[in-house]
Amino acid sequence: MPDATTLYLILPEITLAVFGMVILAVDLIWRERSRAALAWLTVLGFVIALATALLGWGWNMALFAQMYVVDTFAIFFKLLAAIAGILVTLVSLDYLRDRTPYRGEFLALFTFAVLAMMMMASSASLLMIYLSIEFLSYMSYLLTGFLREDKKSNEAAIKYFLYGAITSALMLYGLSLLYGISGSLNFADITATFAARNDVPTRIVALVSTALVIAGLGFKISLVPFHQWAPDTYEGAPTPVTAFLSVGPKAVGFAVLLRVLLTALPAFKNEWIALLTVISVLTMTLGNLVALRQKNVKRLLAYSSIAQAGYILIGLVSVNLNGASPFSGLNGVLIYLFAYLFTNLGAFTCVIAIENATGAVEIDDYKGLVKRAPFIAALFVIFFLSLAGIPPTAGFIGKFFVFGAALREGFLVLAAIGVINSVISVFYYFSVVRAAFFEAGKDTAPIRLAPPITFSLVVSAALVLVMAVYPEPFFNLAAWSMGMFGVAK
Amino acid sequence: MVPWLSLLVALPLIGAVIVLLIPKSAQADSQIKWFAIIWSLVPLAVASFLWFGLYNPAVSKMQFEETAMWISAINVRYHLGVDGLSMPLVWLTTLLTVLSLYYSSFTIHERIREFFFMFLLLEVGMLGVFVSLDFFLFYVFWELGLVPMYFLIAIWGHKEDRPLYSSIKFFLYTLAGSVFMLLAIIAMYINTSSATTLGTFDFIELAAKKPFANDWTFQTLAFWAIFIAFAIKVPLFPFHTWLPDAHTAAPTAGSVILAGILLKLGTYGIVRVLVPIFPQAFQANATIIGILAAISIVYGALAAMAQTDFKRLIAYSSVNHMGYVILGIAAAVAVGAAKVDDRAIALNGAILQMFNHGVITGALFFIVGMLYERAHTRALAEFGGLGAKIPVYGAILLTATFASLGLPGLAGFISEFMVFRGAFATMSVLSTISVLGIVFGAAMLLWKVIQKVLLGAFDDAKWKEKESHGIHLNDLVRFEAITVAPLIFLMVLIGVYPSVILNTINTLSTAILSAIKF
Repeated sequence: MPDATTLYLILPEITLAVFGMVILAVDLIWRERSRAALAWLTVLGFVIALATALLGWGWNMALFAQMYVVDTFAIFFKLLAAIAGILVTLVSLDYLRDRTPYRGEFLALFTFAVLAMMMMASSASLLMIYLSIEFLSYMSYLLTGFLREDKKSNEAAIKYFLYGAITSALMLYGLSLLYGISGSLNFADITATFAARNDVPTRIVALVSTALVIAGLGFKISLVPFHQWAPDTYEGAPTPVTAFLSVGPKAVGFAVLLRVLLTALPAFKNEWIALLTVISVLTMTLGNLVALRQKNVKRLLAYSSIAQAGYILIGLVSVNLNGASPFSGLNGVLIYLFAYLFTNLGAFTCVIAIENATGAVEIDDYKGLVKRAPFIAALFVIFFLSLAGIPPTAGFIGKFFVFGAALREGFLVLAAIGVINSVISVFYYFSVVRAAFFEAGKDTAPIRLAPPITFSLVVSAALVLVMAVYPEPFFNLAAWSMGMFGVAK
Repeated sequence: MVPWLSLLVALPLIGAVIVLLIPKSAQADSQIKWFAIIWSLVPLAVASFLWFGLYNPAVSKMQFEETAMWISAINVRYHLGVDGLSMPLVWLTTLLTVLSLYYSSFTIHERIREFFFMFLLLEVGMLGVFVSLDFFLFYVFWELGLVPMYFLIAIWGHKEDRPLYSSIKFFLYTLAGSVFMLLAIIAMYINTSSATTLGTFDFIELAAKKPFANDWTFQTLAFWAIFIAFAIKVPLFPFHTWLPDAHTAAPTAGSVILAGILLKLGTYGIVRVLVPIFPQAFQANATIIGILAAISIVYGALAAMAQTDFKRLIAYSSVNHMGYVILGIAAAVAVGAAKVDDRAIALNGAILQMFNHGVITGALFFIVGMLYERAHTRALAEFGGLGAKIPVYGAILLTATFASLGLPGLAGFISEFMVFRGAFATMSVLSTISVLGIVFGAAMLLWKVIQKVLLGAFDDAKWKEKESHGIHLNDLVRFEAITVAPLIFLMVLIGVYPSVILNTINTLSTAILSAIKF
């Protein structure tokens, strides 16, 4: 039975909740003076959350009537959330200064969004999952529409909200079916119910609810066919928010999906594997093919991130936790997500740096970039190589383990479709490189980089390269994080 | 123990970083040029010292080996080593890099820093592939070489030859092949692993364990996945279509490296990986591969003959010449009642042909580039009578062309002769057909290159007219002569005294073949 002494296990959540409120209060009291300091306060909050998350490492404990778990798997995603928080805050400093006076609110909402991510990662009951997803969704809607004067930002938020409302209703329906059939919100009870009852009606209801849950989470992860919101939302949202949406909700979406499928619905593994395999192929292929035709870098990265979700899904459908194989599928997902976090945030940071200086987000505006900002142009190459899975970059390591899992399970065709897609993706990633390096631009004024942006670019790029040259620690991190699934078995 | 091979791979990488760090100034360009050239001499010196000083040609095992665990979770090792197959190619890589950098320092005028950075990075990738003995490491280096070449073609390519199209075509073709190789690499690892033991990526262990030994379908699949990746690089018909575009568009030094080294990565991989690891699948498919090689040989020569562009012609002649390499390898492992000696001769010929093609075609691309620098055109119809007008250039072109068509006394003859001498034992029909390629190749070079460019009447009036546009057909200048001289020297040396290199190769070929059951 948890008592006050176990509260330290949710210190990261407490920290972020406190910091979010403090930011609001400070913003209210200080107004003018506080603006530069607020962002650093936010970063401090994330750093403390990151450190306290590590305190719980090695624990495997359920809190609050089994609704909330603190295990290595959850902590892995909390680390991811905190890192994303730090990097996104750093890159949003200059961006917000020119665009909105309400930076305090923005930072508070953002802190709450990261808090919601952490709660999603720890959710272990149907109710908690729904609540935390809704929490994250509402924060995301608000952040997306934060530029009130900007029509595109408003449109993006409305679209995001409408799609989100429908899919969350679908998911809620699915969750209520699960509750109805098992009489419990708890994953262990649900698993026990399906182990005991195997009649046809039960199976049908279970399959329907599985599909509905996948639909709801597929929206967060932007899986085809629940992806339509993504391009418009990514294009219209403030670019730091886009960067956040492309990694944060996606990552924890996978966390919840993994937890639900593996701990609540293992009885229907064959069925959800079949369903997700189809979705994976559609997601990769559609994302990549449509990305080929994009002219706007934010939209291009939106479709790219849809395709990336398809690759990650390969790892999920190839999950096989038997034996000590390094290609368990699950570790592929975790390693891939970690690599993707730094790569995609890095790519978006490049976009933001250019947008801050010139306001431009079209590929054509990137012509001659190498003359204006050689550092950014070079980093673009690294991040795009990583997104395409070409060594020596982190993305290669991620794809290596994901495709390896597919091969281990004998999903040859799926692996082949995956690698063909990654070849296709090179073409559009390099369309940006091509504009930046090979074509002459009209504007030749050098682009200056703000120190926080430089810092986050260097961190992202360094990690992308380090993960490729020395992947062992990341591999071990993933292995530890999934230890709880071994325990649960 | 000095980690010679790590040093060899690290040197150009360090050089590339230094090139980036040289401070901006009015003299920066010339500082970068001279630094890069002098720095690139160091790997050449190291490689020369290794090959001619420390390397023992009588030993067939890997030499200068280095092993360290890299990613213990999946048993990836940092395993380097060279043998008779890789040593000559390593040396040739360092030599051609020096010559290319030297030549480029006179002919490349824009974006100097990026050019020399990319070129040194390219050298890292190429050397890495030749010295890696772990498939994971091999793959990393394999891909590492792609990116700099892509930039070299796209940025410094000839603007009228669609460099952007050619560079991405080159990139996507190679990548499309290599991703399937990656799947095969992982599949081999999984196949060699068990519930209690890790699998392996190590070439030597894989050759001993023979993955998929009892699973014919998978063995064939893996074999072809890897073979196609290599065949695209070679390039073997029908995977060759990227080559003429890439070559035509690439700057001279890029073409030299592309033809001289990058194409060899494919044939090198076939001998290093496929022959020892999948001998059975190779034997079963040797006829198909032999047929593709024969088509490459004949078609490459005929296609070259049809070209009107000098550089495209040399590019297609590479399809022809690399076909001999594949034919030799296929014949060496093919099933048939052949003596081991015949097989060894074929394989020796194939490996020597890799080296020779690098020297000869590398030289030819320099020579074409020199003409283009002067005339600003590569159309064969524009030329004629250059032999009398610029005799030194003519003599060098003549020598390289004769070496290319296999004139006895020059390098090309030895290797092509050996390929055919060995291949007749197991593939008599295909060899006979392929001999046509020699005939067509000779016809093509004599007619299109020697007759059209060197012989005939020199159109004085036309070139006089062009002089008013700043086009001067003068003879070779010193830096150009220095660039090609080592290559011409090698053609003659190997032509008259092939043992200098064959000794090294033969030990290895015999060892490879003795490990295969016929």
